[in-house]
Amino acid sequence: MIEFIASNQDFIYLLILMIFVGIELISHVPSVLHTPLMSGANAIHGVVIIGSIIVMGQAEETISLVLGFIAVVLGTLNVVGGFVVTDRMLEMFKKRK
Amino acid sequence: MVYGPWSKLRIMNLLYVIYLVSSFTFILGLKMLGSPKSARKGNLIAAFGMTIAIFGTIFLYEDEGGNHLHNLEFIFGGLLLGTGIGWLMAKRVQMTAMPQMVSFFNGMGGACAALISVIEYRHLMHHTGGGLSGILASADSAMLTRLSIMYAGLIIGAISFSGSIIAYGKLEGKIKDKMLPGQQFINIGLFLALVVLAFLSVSGIIESDMLLYGVGVLALLYGVLFVMPIGGADMPVVISLLNSFTGVAAAFGGFLYDNKVMLIGGILVGSAGTLLTIVMCRAMNRSLINVLIGNFGGGGASSASGEGPQGTVKSINSSDAAILLKYAKKVVIVPGYGLAVAQAQHVVHELEELLEAEGVEVKYAIHPVAGRMPGHMNVLLAESNVDYDKLVEMEDINPEFSTTDVVVVIGANDVVNPAAKTDPTSPIYGMPILEVEDARQTIVMKRSMNAGYAGIENELFYRDKTSMLFGDAKKMLTSLVSELKAMD
Repeated sequence: MIEFIASNQDFIYLLILMIFVGIELISHVPSVLHTPLMSGANAIHGVVIIGSIIVMGQAEETISLVLGFIAVVLGTLNVVGGFVVTDRMLEMFKKRK
Repeated sequence: MVYGPWSKLRIMNLLYVIYLVSSFTFILGLKMLGSPKSARKGNLIAAFGMTIAIFGTIFLYEDEGGNHLHNLEFIFGGLLLGTGIGWLMAKRVQMTAMPQMVSFFNGMGGACAALISVIEYRHLMHHTGGGLSGILASADSAMLTRLSIMYAGLIIGAISFSGSIIAYGKLEGKIKDKMLPGQQFINIGLFLALVVLAFLSVSGIIESDMLLYGVGVLALLYGVLFVMPIGGADMPVVISLLNSFTGVAAAFGGFLYDNKVMLIGGILVGSAGTLLTIVMCRAMNRSLINVLIGNFGGGGASSASGEGPQGTVKSINSSDAAILLKYAKKVVIVPGYGLAVAQAQHVVHELEELLEAEGVEVKYAIHPVAGRMPGHMNVLLAESNVDYDKLVEMEDINPEFSTTDVVVVIGANDVVNPAAKTDPTSPIYGMPILEVEDARQTIVMKRSMNAGYAGIENELFYRDKTSMLFGDAKKMLTSLVSELKAMD
C-alpha cells in the first residue's frame, strides 16, 4: 500500500485536487443549466477515446483489432454526440436576451 | 529529417504540451458551462481541447520503445464512422428526447472504457507469454497494479454501459420498471461477488485467464439489475450518477496509460457528476440512497386505489377556458413533461403572446425537476423563443400564486401535488412543490385522470377551484389559441 502510494504520488495528488476542482466548478450552478451541464460533462468523459486510440494503435491480433475498432467508434460517438447535443441545447438559450 | 538523440523525446514532449492545453480547456469549459452567458462558448472550448488531444495522440504518441501507433486506417475509419453516426443522432434527436440521448452517449463511453480494459488485458496476456499465472508468479507490483486497474475500469465501464442503456430504454418507454423479489439482496450479493472475484483473480487465488471476461459479464448484469427497479421519474438522477461512473472509468484508463488528460477529464466529470447527482436529489428533497433503493410506486407504498382523494372532477371546454384567460390580469403557466411529449412549446408561446397582447401578465413557473431533467423545460421553452425573464424558478414564483388569477398546468402532475405538503404517507411527501392551489383558478391540461410518474393520485384535480381540460396538450393549446383569436 505504502509502496503503491509512493510510486504513484503525482496521480494521487492530481486525483485529490481534481475532485475539489470538480466540486468547486459545479457548486453554484443554477438548476436551469443542470441538463446542459450534465451533457457537457458527458462529452468531456469521452476523453476515454484517447485510451481506445492508443490500444488500437498497438493491437496486433484480430480480436483485439476488432474490439479496438468498436471501442474507437463508441468513444467517438460519446465525444461527437455529447458535444453536438450540448451545443444544440445551449443554442436555444442564446436566441434572445 | 535528421533524428538527433533528443528527437524522439521531443515529439512526445509536444504531445504532453497538447495534453496540458486540453486539460486546461476541460476545466475552463466546465466552468463556463455553469453560467448561461458563457455556456455555449465553454462547450466549444472543451470540444476544441478534445479534438487536439485526439489528433495529437494519433500522430504524436510513442510508447517507451519510441514506436508510433499502427493501424491508422482503422483508427480513422472508426473516428469517421463514430462521427457520422454521433453527429446524425445528435442533430436529429427531438428536444424532448434529449435526456435519453445523453444517457445513450454516456453508455457508449462506458462501453469504450470497458473494451479498453479487455483489449489491454489480452495485450498483457499475449506479451507476458505465461498468461495470468506468469504475471502473478513474477509478483511484479507494477503489473499487479495494472491488472487491478483493468478490473476496476472494466467493472465500472460495464455497469455504466448496461445501466445507461436500460435508462435509455425506460425514458423511451420501451422498458418498464421491474422488481424481482428480494432485488436489493440480489444486487448487493452480485456486487460483492464482482469485487470478490476481481480480488481473487488479482491476488492469484483463482488462476484463470477467463475470469476477467466472467467479471465483465457479471458487471453488465449488475448494471441492468441496478437500474431496472428504479422508477422512470428518477432516471435523470440515475443518468447523472452513471455519467460520473463513466468519468471514473475514464480516469482508470488514464491511470493505466499514465495519461494525465484522461485522468483529469475523468476525475473532473466523476466528482462534478457526483455533486450534480446530489444537488438533483436535493431538489426533490430526497437522499441518493432513497432514490436508488426506495423505488416509487412499485413497492405498493402508496394507496393509489384505497384512500385516495375522493370527489368530483370538474371539466371545462376550451372556449370557457379561453374566456377565463382573456379576462384574467395575471396568468401563470406551469409546464411539465406533457408539454414536452406533445411538442407544444411553440403553441404555448403563441398563447402567451396573444394573452400579452390582451394586456394579461403571463409568466412560466419552472419546478426544478419538471420534465425529465432539471432545466428540461427551460431548454424546451427557449427553443420556441420564450423570453428568458418570463421563466421564473419555484422559490420566486410561489409567493406570487396568491395574486394570480389563472394557473394553467400543462402536462405537469407531481410537481403541483399538494400531498407533498399535507400527506406524510405520500411517497413525495417533503418534496417542494409549486403552490398553485393558492391561485384563484387552476386549469389543468391533461390527457386523462391517470396518475403521474410517481404513480400517485393528485387531490388538486378534485378541488373546487380546479377545472380539467382533457386532451393532448398541443391540441388543447391550439384550440385555446383559435378561440382567443375568434373572440376579437
